[in-house]
Amino acid sequence: MEKGTVRVKTGFAEMFKGGVIMDVVNAQQAEIAQEAGAVAVMALERVPADIRAQGGVARMSDPKLIKEIMSAVSIPVMAKCRIGHIVEAQILQALGVDFIDESEVLTPADESFHIDKHAFTVPFVCGATDIGEALRRIGEGAAMIRTKGEAGTGNVVEAVRHARNVLGAIRQIQALPREELMTYAKNHGAPYELVLWVHENGRLPVVNFAAGGVATPADAALMMQLGMDGVFVGSGIFKSGDPRKRARAIVRAVTHYNNPDVLAEVSEDLGEAMVGINLDFLSEEEKLAKRGW
Amino acid sequence: MAIQGDFREHKQMLKNLGVEPVEVRLPRDLEGLAGLIVPGGESTTIGMLAREYGLESAVRQRLEEGTLAVWGTCAGAIWLAREIPEHPDQPRLGSLDIAVQRNAYGRQVDSFEEDVNVEGFDRPFHAFFIRAPRILRVGEGVKVLARHRDEIVLVRSGKMMAGTFHPELSQDTRIHQLFLDVVLDS
Repeated sequence: MEKGTVRVKTGFAEMFKGGVIMDVVNAQQAEIAQEAGAVAVMALERVPADIRAQGGVARMSDPKLIKEIMSAVSIPVMAKCRIGHIVEAQILQALGVDFIDESEVLTPADESFHIDKHAFTVPFVCGATDIGEALRRIGEGAAMIRTKGEAGTGNVVEAVRHARNVLGAIRQIQALPREELMTYAKNHGAPYELVLWVHENGRLPVVNFAAGGVATPADAALMMQLGMDGVFVGSGIFKSGDPRKRARAIVRAVTHYNNPDVLAEVSEDLGEAMVGINLDFLSEEEKLAKRGW
Repeated sequence: MAIQGDFREHKQMLKNLGVEPVEVRLPRDLEGLAGLIVPGGESTTIGMLAREYGLESAVRQRLEEGTLAVWGTCAGAIWLAREIPEHPDQPRLGSLDIAVQRNAYGRQVDSFEEDVNVEGFDRPFHAFFIRAPRILRVGEGVKVLARHRDEIVLVRSGKMMAGTFHPELSQDTRIHQLFLDVVLDS
């Protein structure tokens, strides 16, 4: 009986496809997420919008909170550790979380190196802004990739940029003649074997989700139409006027992302969306997507 | 059934067997189909959306008419199950006379891969069990096709098949072929 193999980890990530993973800060929100049809919840102390507003060092959540959320719902529970923080990841694995997000939303613990994710039984998801970053993370053992977007802004523009970066690069790699792949790998800081895999298969070797700035059902469906496998929603739900209704609407929008009639119906009368931040007013230092190496 | 889950892997397996798959999200998508695979995914999500958009009742009707074969893998098996003792109110089709327990092996760190013996196969099948359910009980007329360490992991009853593992995550098409035989059988 083999546990924690690459296929057991990446295969689990495949089960999230066509689904929505929601940030929750307590058991009650987790229950709302589950009732709305979320495929998993991300347990954390503060949603990205609050981390942004309050500042300070953002760390792994209190294990007590994570355990409360795990006992409140039957769907999988994910939790975040800081980039490069091996011990936070070990603690999360010991708690029995189903997935770890090595996340730029928290304050990085290491400014050069990410966690060796092959060393863990629990699978990891990591953010990526381009193909090189995505394939480096997969090389380190990530079982799932997501766009970074710009978390806590309610502005989908960065998620779109990162999705187009990665998907465009995949199409480019597919079209390259084989002899150009090594130089492509060198120029993008990507492991050659994974560039070759993408060339042969026309997709990333792991599931690829959208994250960072998704606030409406239309945003979620847009990311799906661009070719993402599913959607993370962070601040967008519980920072909105009617979280229950918005959560349900986003779940339905992801399933029926190609059906404008359903999208129109679920987009109706959702109350206030989260206010959002225009990224032109965010300084370079304030952009979380810059974190990760 | 493409509401949520790893339907892409099932589609690829069907293509490998020369079958052209169709994605089913709404009742109208069932028209002209002889078989439906309910994939792995999150069973609460799949059950809820299948009920809301009328797919559950449409599938039930087609099963009653005897014009559709249905196979559920993992979450799909939960959707088919008549009983889920720990979650009796979970929305589901409930047409197959089995009782299941969700996440019966534990959380993701307890997920595993191992060979299982399937009736009629001349060599073992490499199976992936991911936050897998257990089949606690099978009703009369439900045939057990595979066991793993004494646990029932694959069953058939008439035009329905259910399994707790994920053949679609392997490269081995034999169980998909088995389902095609069920479809063609009718």
